[in-house]
Amino acid sequence: MIDPHPDLTTPVIWGLGWFWLAVFLMNTGWAFLRWRYRACGASGAAEDSARRRSSVRSVLFWGFYAVLLLAIAALHFAMAGRPSEFWFRLPEAFKDTVDELLSNPVAYFVLWIAAFGVPVCFPAWVAKPTVGWCALNAALVFLGLSLTDWDFRQIVGKPDNVPIVGMLFLVGFFTWLYFHRATDNDRRLAEGRPLREQENNDEVLVWPDLVYIELICMVALTALLIVWGIALKAPLEEPASPVRTPNPSKAPWYFLGLQELLVYFDPWLAGVVFPALIIVGLMAIPYLDFNQKGNGYYTFQQRKFAVVMFMFGFVVLWVSMIGLGTFLRGPNWNFFGIYERWDVHKLEVLDNVNLSEYFYLHSPDWLPWAGPLPQAPPEASTAARLGYILAREAPGIVLLFLYFGLLPPILAATVFRTFYLRMGFVRYVVFIVLLLLMALLPIKMILRWAFNLKYIVAIPEWFFNI
Amino acid sequence: MSLRDYIRNSQVWRSVFRHPAPKDRRNRAVVILTNLILHLHPVTIKQQAIALSYTWCMGGITFFLFIVETITGVLLMFYYRPTLEWAYQDMLALRDAVSFGILREIHRWAGHAMVITVMLHMYRVFLTGSYKPPREFNWVIGVLLLVLTFLLSFTGYLLPWDQLAIWAITVGSNMARATPFLGHEGPGFQLLNVGGFDLITSTSDARFVLLGARSVGEETLNRFYILHCVGIPLIAAFLMGVHFWRVRKDGGISQPL
Repeated sequence: MIDPHPDLTTPVIWGLGWFWLAVFLMNTGWAFLRWRYRACGASGAAEDSARRRSSVRSVLFWGFYAVLLLAIAALHFAMAGRPSEFWFRLPEAFKDTVDELLSNPVAYFVLWIAAFGVPVCFPAWVAKPTVGWCALNAALVFLGLSLTDWDFRQIVGKPDNVPIVGMLFLVGFFTWLYFHRATDNDRRLAEGRPLREQENNDEVLVWPDLVYIELICMVALTALLIVWGIALKAPLEEPASPVRTPNPSKAPWYFLGLQELLVYFDPWLAGVVFPALIIVGLMAIPYLDFNQKGNGYYTFQQRKFAVVMFMFGFVVLWVSMIGLGTFLRGPNWNFFGIYERWDVHKLEVLDNVNLSEYFYLHSPDWLPWAGPLPQAPPEASTAARLGYILAREAPGIVLLFLYFGLLPPILAATVFRTFYLRMGFVRYVVFIVLLLLMALLPIKMILRWAFNLKYIVAIPEWFFNI
Repeated sequence: MSLRDYIRNSQVWRSVFRHPAPKDRRNRAVVILTNLILHLHPVTIKQQAIALSYTWCMGGITFFLFIVETITGVLLMFYYRPTLEWAYQDMLALRDAVSFGILREIHRWAGHAMVITVMLHMYRVFLTGSYKPPREFNWVIGVLLLVLTFLLSFTGYLLPWDQLAIWAITVGSNMARATPFLGHEGPGFQLLNVGGFDLITSTSDARFVLLGARSVGEETLNRFYILHCVGIPLIAAFLMGVHFWRVRKDGGISQPL
């Protein structure tokens, strides 16, 4: 008889047991803190007694949850010796449904934009410790359950990918921490109280107050690196061979966002122009941000636009695309669901159409320009060829001209009126061009998903495709 | 006299540490001022400026990881020869024959971690508005250091000379082929020609400059090795000096004005 679960081995189940035990310990600590908090508010007032009742409920809830986690951990340890009978795993039907629904870039980005939109729209709610703790637990439970899946484990457990999982957790944690402290400060500002950064702000001696933090930090990091180095071996694949191309071939992980852009843009944009613009754009930030508030303390309300823009760029366009490129792009750069086998033979029909083809070939017949693409006759001179190419790509060129030529003045007169007045002409132009270029990324993605648009301007004769 | 006092009062000890132990306020200030490493710090600092939930400690961790990378990197250089003949063999030897073999592991994981911490440091500096005047220029230096961190990691990626290495660098450097004007498959390269001869070809374009060859080969390995071990660390160390110095000169860790 074939083993129904050949993938779950004894060491894996042991490992998962330790994982659940760690989550149990974390939540025990959390429940204990809740209990301490309940004990603090004992002054007898009616308001306090209501708070205490709800605190008792919360302690009971977290205590029950922690016990459940302990039971799950115990189950793993008890059944580790019998992997073939191990039943605590994600049902296949659930995995198939998730793969079905989420294995495409549209769903992936919708999820990220939702995750980005919730704190932006409800910062005060997200900033609550309980909300952050619930989100962390949701992520850990998802990770723990998903690790029972073989394909998920192959990708997430790859030694080189482990730090990227860590990065996702760290970015999530620090984003929460930002909203936690910013909301606190925004409330203080609204009530006219001093900022958190201004309270208990005595001048202290660097020795010992800072030097000890640094020392403890270095010791902890050294320990972490040693444990990490013993636990995970640095990968070493087969010797380099210029003739055998691995499938997929991936750039180093921090460039996978740029490699993902190759799906939507040609290499000259995705690999050269956009990286250069990211660097220049980052350097330009201090000279474009004229808002003098929010210097040296956390705040959201006082610099909403700047924070939303930067977070969108960093979290949704950079970090999420690294995650996408690392975990979800398989052979032939196809998109694979999180529980899906990386099948080399998976076929995705790509039938993308240029804007010029839409304009000429796919227009209804009664439009005057409907017909074949303008094409230079073989005997045409160089200048005539140029004319034909420009005529062919006119729709895209006009659109781009409107986007970069007409949109900035319109925005300057309307939405960005204060920006324009406060920045002056030159700074405004730099700002709006960078902003529009950044916006070009999601715009092109949406056009691709909605209309299978390949290029807005397609001049392969000059390697000039946008 | 206890042994401890004997050592502390010896000429040798006092020639190294020219002040008593940092136990009182005065000597805690003196220790910062008279020590080369410690004098990167001010003597006193605001309590909230060093709160972990404010700084996230990410800049300091990045610097520490750079030091870890330098130490483990120098040690690895003893075991590694950047040639087609030996690079991979030396990797195998490091894996199979060297005692306490976690040198390469620590170097690799600390490298990954450094890329992450430097990005998180930038995130924190943005979110506290610490790039605002008077710290604009230090933010620019910081962006350069971010790029150099990526390049350090990128050049190091090639050195194991396995499939992962050369194909990651191939994919990464293929982009340079499409550089506008300077890549032989980039828009506008035809414009750079003299008397009908293209100046930009597959043996003279941006990618060739990067790789030292038309594809990732021995020249590339040598080039990346030198950049990884000497070139970029020197530039990064210099810019780090500027970065830390400017933190002090621009008023220390940012605080509400």
